[in-house]
Amino acid sequence: MPKRTDIKKILIIGSGPIVIGQACEFDYSGTQACKALREEGYQVVLVNSNPATIMTDPEIADATYIEPLTADVLEMILEKERPDAVLPTMGGQTALNLAVEIWEKGVFQRLGIELIGANFNSIKKAEDRELFREAMRNIGLEVPGSAIVLSLEEGMRHIEEIGFPAILRPAFTLGGTGGGIAYNMEEYRELLEKGLKLSLNHQVLVEESVLGWKEYELEVMRDRADNVVIICSIENFDPMGVHTGDSITVAPAQTLTDKEYQRMRDASIAIIREIGVDTGGSNIQFALDPQTGRMTVIEMNPRVSRSSALASKATGFPIAKIAAKLAVGLTLNEIPNSITRETPASFEPTLDYVVTKIPRFAFEKFPEADPTLTTQMKSVGEVMSIGRTFKESLQKAIRSLETGSYGLDVSGFTDEEFFETKLRRPNNERLWAVAHAMRKGKSVSEIHELTMIDPWFLENIRQIVEAERELEEAGAKAKDILSDREALNGLKGMGFSDRRLGQLLGIGEDGIRKARKELGLRAVYKMVDTCAAEFQAFTPYLYSTYEKPFYRLASGEKTGVNTECEAAPSGRKKVVILGSGPNRIGQGIEFDYCCVHAVFALRELGYETIMVNCNPETVSTDYDTADRLYFEPLTIEDVLNIIGVERPEGVVVQFGGQTPLKLAIPLEREGVKIFGTSPDSIDRAEDRKRFRELLDKLALRQPRSDTAFSVEKALEAAKVIGYPVMVRPSYVLGGRAMEIVYDEDALAGYMRRAVKASPEHPVLIDKYLEDATEVDVDAVCDGRDVFVGGVMEHIEEAGIHSGDSACSLPPYSLDEDVVNEIKRQTAALALELNVIGLMNVQFAIKGKDIYILEVNPRASRTVPFVSKATGVPLAKVAAKVMAGKTLKELGLAEERSPFSHIAVKEAVFPFDRFHGVDPILGPEMKSTGEVMGIDTSFGLAYAKAQTASRSKIPTSGKIFFSLRDKDKPASVPIARKLLEMGFGIVATKGTAKNFEEHGLKVESVNKLMEGRPNVVDLLKNRELSFIVNTISDARAHKDSFYIRQNAMQYGVPYTTTISGARAVVEAIESLKKSKSLSIRPIQDYHKSPSSRA
Amino acid sequence: MGLGVRKSKKALLVLKDGVVFEGKSFGAEGEAIGEVVFNTSMTGYQEILTDPSYKGQIVTMTYSQMGNYGVNGEDPESQAPCAEGFIVREYLPFPSNWRSGKKSLGDYLKEHGIAGIEGIDTRALTRHLREHGAQTGVISSVDPDLESLLEKVRAFPDIGAFDFVKEVSSKEAFGWRQDLWRWPEGLALQGEKADGRKKVVAYDFGIKFNILRNLVHAGFDVTVVPAQTPAEKVLELDPDGVLLSNGPGDPQTVTYAVEAARKLMGKKPVFGICLGHQILGLAMGGSTYKLKFGHHGGNHPVMDLLTGRVEITSQNHNYCVDVKSLKGKVELTHRNLYDGTEEGMRHVEFPVMSVQHHPEAGPGPNDASHIFSRFRRLLDAR
Repeated sequence: MPKRTDIKKILIIGSGPIVIGQACEFDYSGTQACKALREEGYQVVLVNSNPATIMTDPEIADATYIEPLTADVLEMILEKERPDAVLPTMGGQTALNLAVEIWEKGVFQRLGIELIGANFNSIKKAEDRELFREAMRNIGLEVPGSAIVLSLEEGMRHIEEIGFPAILRPAFTLGGTGGGIAYNMEEYRELLEKGLKLSLNHQVLVEESVLGWKEYELEVMRDRADNVVIICSIENFDPMGVHTGDSITVAPAQTLTDKEYQRMRDASIAIIREIGVDTGGSNIQFALDPQTGRMTVIEMNPRVSRSSALASKATGFPIAKIAAKLAVGLTLNEIPNSITRETPASFEPTLDYVVTKIPRFAFEKFPEADPTLTTQMKSVGEVMSIGRTFKESLQKAIRSLETGSYGLDVSGFTDEEFFETKLRRPNNERLWAVAHAMRKGKSVSEIHELTMIDPWFLENIRQIVEAERELEEAGAKAKDILSDREALNGLKGMGFSDRRLGQLLGIGEDGIRKARKELGLRAVYKMVDTCAAEFQAFTPYLYSTYEKPFYRLASGEKTGVNTECEAAPSGRKKVVILGSGPNRIGQGIEFDYCCVHAVFALRELGYETIMVNCNPETVSTDYDTADRLYFEPLTIEDVLNIIGVERPEGVVVQFGGQTPLKLAIPLEREGVKIFGTSPDSIDRAEDRKRFRELLDKLALRQPRSDTAFSVEKALEAAKVIGYPVMVRPSYVLGGRAMEIVYDEDALAGYMRRAVKASPEHPVLIDKYLEDATEVDVDAVCDGRDVFVGGVMEHIEEAGIHSGDSACSLPPYSLDEDVVNEIKRQTAALALELNVIGLMNVQFAIKGKDIYILEVNPRASRTVPFVSKATGVPLAKVAAKVMAGKTLKELGLAEERSPFSHIAVKEAVFPFDRFHGVDPILGPEMKSTGEVMGIDTSFGLAYAKAQTASRSKIPTSGKIFFSLRDKDKPASVPIARKLLEMGFGIVATKGTAKNFEEHGLKVESVNKLMEGRPNVVDLLKNRELSFIVNTISDARAHKDSFYIRQNAMQYGVPYTTTISGARAVVEAIESLKKSKSLSIRPIQDYHKSPSSRA
Repeated sequence: MGLGVRKSKKALLVLKDGVVFEGKSFGAEGEAIGEVVFNTSMTGYQEILTDPSYKGQIVTMTYSQMGNYGVNGEDPESQAPCAEGFIVREYLPFPSNWRSGKKSLGDYLKEHGIAGIEGIDTRALTRHLREHGAQTGVISSVDPDLESLLEKVRAFPDIGAFDFVKEVSSKEAFGWRQDLWRWPEGLALQGEKADGRKKVVAYDFGIKFNILRNLVHAGFDVTVVPAQTPAEKVLELDPDGVLLSNGPGDPQTVTYAVEAARKLMGKKPVFGICLGHQILGLAMGGSTYKLKFGHHGGNHPVMDLLTGRVEITSQNHNYCVDVKSLKGKVELTHRNLYDGTEEGMRHVEFPVMSVQHHPEAGPGPNDASHIFSRFRRLLDAR
């Protein structure tokens, strides 16, 4: 069937900020959808509040609204744009929920807009537990015994028949938020109460436990002509009970016979038809009893998902792109398979390799959180890896994680409770614990008993452990392997890294690399081609493996002995761009955004672009992004292998964050050219001593600082510098293990913990500038000129991690001469460091004094925000500069005229995921994502950013204050303004007293321990519309934690800084003035293209 | 050395064009010779091994992990493995599946004397076959002499020279009552003779059990007859319809089957599958040709031109009917969307229909299984 001509304009809803359960896979999907629809000639309107996405680049859609994803805002956009259709299946649960909400308000019906991809009824059928169960019954499929519960009483009635353990799943929540497993009545009651509260429609599904069953997922697609295909089957390494996002998963399914697989396939087809997803993709999850083969349907997502992104990367079949085309009426057989060109998309990919995904967690950021994995997702990112065998792909995935592990090598499990805590209870170290248990003599069946992990996976791990053991037991003879090509090839084929082998043989990574070189033992590259080589493939989407050579017998001689490598490098001018690896707190989508821009820019300049990355969620690992894609771990070994095959002109390391940056020096040592700023300049900015010399030379100021290797030395240094001080280990990512300490006791305590964390690294001690304003600057330098892309003033004061702080571009309170001085200093630094490309500088402003906190000669987290706010694609500019263009040539040598708009970035946090974690901000980064608000005034832009981050700006009601003494003076004008605007003020006794002394009329309320009614009662009664809570030290943190915890639980917005409170007041004022938010596409803000980049 | 993994004897694979792969032996030690083809199914190795159509062929699986779920008593498609040899990237000797018990693929092959080779670059082999065509090859774990092996391969006649059908066909007629596999019953027998069942005689050219099960499922009483049963004998049985099954080798060698088909057309409704389809093509006076490397897998899209639906099909054939050579006699009913090959037809006059792919699946998707009901309707319409 041809595509529809009755629709012309389509609106796509994005997924908003990166949160746990919804990450950059929706940027990948959404970007593909936008491109696919425009390719078919449709006009595309996009709504997404997340600036750090490729999809919100102005070129991707015809009109892009970087506006809050709320029903009110979306309704305004629909009114204004009047699209013919809305595609709600590309933006995760956020988009789907929003579509449902708007449908129920009757907006679509009133405006005559059609929902395509999934209609209202099918969304309801898939998402509403009761409707779903009924639908499954209609087609003769089993679901676990369960009950839909709308109240606590009802829940208590049903639990008797369902029994323990019981699984709780609130309906309509992100990534299973609020779900869990209850083993007893007490846990059940607690989880049920929480779930009812979190569910959009106060519905919780209480389910029969299928814990320990095998878990499978199928990715299904259906077109308008009712053709259905299965794109990928996935088998979970972690059995049922662990959220699939937190599970190690493997594609294709490994332990199903054809009959069992076909049964699941038939069920999937029946499900997509019964639910009524007319066009597009769905993800369907099954549980299988390993003893009897009983199969139950767990759930279905009638949209693209994290799993569909993984399946797309695992198979080479671009699900989102095809889904978008199906949504406008094309059928699968009308769409070509772009990898083989000759064959249509109406087929089922077949693999000749194994794909393994391992999630990446951030528990080190939340030490108070429980690391047990449950049905509520906790991971922040993932890696995928491809190998010819499961063993190979597993070991490649392990080293892709960048957690310091290069194989099944962690053996620090000494806990007596080891088998209980690390094996029986699912956790992020279980994979290594399994290997450890095998080394300790546990059998596969014993480990299976403890973990319920399928014996097939365990046996494969046993083979790896066995190989290690044989190598270790060989003692001195083990080194023979270094000259035994076949044996070494065998180990490499099992996925062993040089590093791990070097460890086992005691000769280091270099020793193995040298041995491989001498033997001529090289990785070969194979193509991901959707068809297991049945047809020729044209898309260079590659992965490495080790294969045995073959040869031809000619006149009795072995000729042409070789291993087959399909890389077929071109002779073009080319460059390798290293990606940023798995998303983690501190290094997320922003860096992928920069890498993708580098690819675009360098391709424009005529380079063949070669991307290396291992993160399946990203746009960078879309095989359509770079000219060539290597889906590989970002270790020195794997990168050198690629460089050996490709022989590029150089490598770009400055866009992917720390991951590629830490490879710069090792790569240079191997004679690889690094594009842009030299590794030496990077070192000059990172090495404390060299950096100080640099600042001295430029006569720039930095807070006093020192370095200490021992507790005594640290105490001494801090005394000289003066408290408070900021302390951290010398090697940091996203402010990890960084703390502000106010006295000797606290410092001594920190030193004990931090030094344990990294013994070979010293601890850095800096003067902490209290109440200073922090400023971030992103600039590009070509060695002669400097272009300052943006000066961002933080809302929260210095000391709060820049990634966690809201910021305003341009600055909203700084004097012009301060801003000019900041720019001058930035330029001086860039030129002195001979930066070629991007540079980020962090300043602290105290009064008129400007201090330099940090200089990073690389892409920063704020680059996409600056680009969206200013209309100058900074990363692209930088990439071009690195390739030799000058800023003059790019039309950016001079400063641009000021804007009439203002943009605010706000961070988004995962605190609701980690029960028991204090949502207080500090020097340790904790946010997972960001949103942008853009408007004509700071107040409005800030209000939008807050709304987009789901922190509603109050317009009426009572505001609660509980402040540390230091903030009390500054809070008086804030409170006064609030009173003037008609708000009520409630405060704890001390805070209230201060207000009263200044003549303000406020209510005072008890703290928790002071009797009833207290602040928690007010929260529970929903009497408070906003909370301002600032705390001085760690003890005060603990004492007031309950306030923030209850605020989170009852969904009351809060701020933990006085500057945040000030900004909120400004936002309220602006909102009151303008009555409501207004909307405007980003393309309108940057109408005059002033850059040729 | 082979650290950590199964230790075993060296094995060699030598192709007719002189290309050699060195690997490890698995399954039976010994030697196997035949036409080397590749199959792209990710599941169903037991069905593939026991599919009589693979007689005379050595199968290489493109999916890299084999043996994962072991073998069981329910999945064979015939009495015993028929493929001559088996080539895999990695054989995993530790099956895990609720139906297999602990029975491994390696033991199964050993039991049936089938030689296998593992540890070679099967993707390189597949690409080689794709580029240079299916060709004779030998697997050996007993003869280490490359020259000698190459000689054996070169001396071995091409597959077209054999009549494997005679070898794999049953020698006696028999009835069949087993229905399709389902959970939890497994392979249940068809119930007592119900009204409305139609009688079908199935020619066994190397028939897969799943064809018989599908016939039972679609409401037939099934009698299977040997490949060389003359048409007259079948007509004596007075069935409501006749099925011409799949089978190994070149259709041109089974002249007796072509002869029988010619006599049956017009007298009885006939349904041909795979080799049966090719036999019908020849019986109608058409021609057949050999594909470069055949279709073997479970993911080919085929359009059913009668419904406009795309079906994902199970495929296993090296030969094709040139349906255009039957212009005016048949209507094309199925087309392979991968390479445009013609994969189904029906006679314009007689109740005769056939498909090149495998609607019975086993292994592969069940999308096309409804065609057994179409055959049934063809009978009902009379």
